[in-house]
Amino acid sequence: MSSQDDRDDLMSASRRNFSLGMAALPLIGVPGLSMAATPPTAQVNTTKLAVTDTEVTVGQLHSATGTMAISETGSIQAEQLAIDQINAMGGVLGRKIKVIKEDGASDWPTFAEKSKKLLVNDRVAAVFGCWTSASRKAVLPIFEKENGMLYYPTFYEGLEQSKNVIYTGQEATQQIIWGLDWVQKEKGAKSFFLIGSDYIWPRTSNKIARKHIENFQKGKVVGEEYYPLGHTNFNSLINKIKVAKPDCVYAIVVGGSNVAFYKQMKAAGLTSDKQLLLTISVTEDELLGIGGENCNGFYACMKYFQSLDNPNNKKFVDAFKAKYGAKAVIGDVTQAAYLGPWLWKATVEKAGSFDIDKVAAASPGIEFKEAPEGYVKIHENHHLWSKARIGQIQMDGQFKMIAESPNLIEPNPFPKGYQ
Amino acid sequence: MSASEIWNIFLMQGFAGLSLFSVLLLMGLGLAIIFGQMGVINMAHGEFMTIGAYTIFMLSSLVQSYAPALMPYYFFVAILVAFILAFAAGWLAEWALIRHLYKRPLDTLLATWGLSLGMQQTFRSTFGAKEVSPTLPDWLLGSWAPAEGLDIPINGLFVMGLTVAVTAGVFLMLYRSRWGLRVRATVSNRTMANAIGINTKRTDRMTFAIGCGIAGVAGAAFTTIGSTGPTSGSLYIVDAFLVVTFGGAASLLGTVASAFGIAQTQSISEFFLTGSMAKVLTLLAIITILMIRPQGLFASKVRR
Repeated sequence: MSSQDDRDDLMSASRRNFSLGMAALPLIGVPGLSMAATPPTAQVNTTKLAVTDTEVTVGQLHSATGTMAISETGSIQAEQLAIDQINAMGGVLGRKIKVIKEDGASDWPTFAEKSKKLLVNDRVAAVFGCWTSASRKAVLPIFEKENGMLYYPTFYEGLEQSKNVIYTGQEATQQIIWGLDWVQKEKGAKSFFLIGSDYIWPRTSNKIARKHIENFQKGKVVGEEYYPLGHTNFNSLINKIKVAKPDCVYAIVVGGSNVAFYKQMKAAGLTSDKQLLLTISVTEDELLGIGGENCNGFYACMKYFQSLDNPNNKKFVDAFKAKYGAKAVIGDVTQAAYLGPWLWKATVEKAGSFDIDKVAAASPGIEFKEAPEGYVKIHENHHLWSKARIGQIQMDGQFKMIAESPNLIEPNPFPKGYQ
Repeated sequence: MSASEIWNIFLMQGFAGLSLFSVLLLMGLGLAIIFGQMGVINMAHGEFMTIGAYTIFMLSSLVQSYAPALMPYYFFVAILVAFILAFAAGWLAEWALIRHLYKRPLDTLLATWGLSLGMQQTFRSTFGAKEVSPTLPDWLLGSWAPAEGLDIPINGLFVMGLTVAVTAGVFLMLYRSRWGLRVRATVSNRTMANAIGINTKRTDRMTFAIGCGIAGVAGAAFTTIGSTGPTSGSLYIVDAFLVVTFGGAASLLGTVASAFGIAQTQSISEFFLTGSMAKVLTLLAIITILMIRPQGLFASKVRR
């Protein structure tokens, strides 16, 4: 019921806006009046960005095709939703947002090429995009050379900071440390088996996890294993887990391997009643492919779950489902992508300008109180202050939140003592 | 660790090797027929497997919403449908694309790679970019525990049984049927086969379609152990080619032996080394053997 009401509110709100816009139409002929409503373009755009009196152009750069489309689709949808909602409220500094969508096609050189096109040819005021670290690393030098602004949504391994990037996902320590402390305190886990896909994010994350377990928790790592991306057979690994008998399996397997890993865990009898497992690579999106029945009872540490019970999230989930269908699911990264346009809007309004230098300088301290995850703030290092949460996987492919960090966790992309 | 625990691990590890063997064999069989018998390098093999996987997904959703009582049984019918759909797709691909390129084997490589990209995007546009999870019958989930601490995966047993059945079927077809006779005649001497009245064009089309159909069955079976998404097929393609090339392209027995060898090397070395090192070791072993025996483990005696 309430969701229906909200939707009606939303619709009538946009209708109101529409009629307001209609009423304003005759005024356009009167320069003095229409200029008074929005600051003049010459003032908010001194660097020849694609900003007119009525419109500001931004870019969206994700993989709509290729292997990564599996993950990036949610981010594309969430950013579009945020932009639509901002436009319905009247846009940014009185200008409607126009989006140029580019497809990185899961290919890192293509990402670089398209980012150059967006920044040099289209002169966009901001880009929302990238998903994998590889794609971000490919576009980073271009954003720094051409002075663009990238809002990057994925939780990642850290060890990076740039004037030209706002990281709306968690860096590694925000996701790992609090979760490990939780399994130690609440579940009494002392020995850990670390598993990952063989590339930079799982390896860096497990390195931080191992340092934390051994040096700070005085626990034991009884195994650390990496499997090539796309590996589909985990029976030998599962037998090794059975031999090592860890209190907790810490899993960072990604992609198609992820599904194979959990299906085979279940088939080998390692279910949640026999084995404690904590992961940082399973969100609602991955559960679509794995199926809740194959991993129910295991835990994930994220900053956002679709099932979070707060008014912001309720509104967000309803709007998302109204736009993309009742079966749509929202994972951690999808929510982080939704933050991008809103944070940019708030920053531009604080800076009173679309200029990249002014936006970058105004970013630290920007808050977003309507964030579905609760409340976020941009740190001086361009990452977000955010909470960590533990969710337990349910049969229906959703998470039940079990615990959350009492305070916002400070982002620390270059953690001392963890390298 | 007690003796019974070590014994259990030993048994489960042995089963892991056998289970990987049947997976490799099942994914290699269809390719062995197409690559081995026809010399067509079918880069879209994985996508024909994906057709099978999505067939399971579609039928499981249908059965779940219209006839939930049939859930325990649908899987067998679905595998048959997977074969038929992949067979039909293979038939079409041969007619539209492959048959024009028989004299240009390297071009079939490019053409089928293009076909695989096209099929991936078709899956993406039809079923969405995200992975899906077919609802499997309950009896296929979990493990069979004949003793305390000994868990044998049921999906592994199922794939193993299916592999035995499909392999037996392929052997019967190739060595006991008219089609098999025609295929073998065409492989050993195409011109002569043509001269004695074998319609080699029809034989080719049938062979390609049957190879694709078997890929569909493999894809359907792998929904029990792996993912179902637009690019799931590409997870298997490298291993499938490895099995077929290593075994000796034209020999089915070679495919069986090579799948067994690769599976055991992989699974035993995975147990004692790390996952990535195990892969390195397996690939090194294969490359060394292929350097010594470029024709693969078993070479058929064909006059070239």
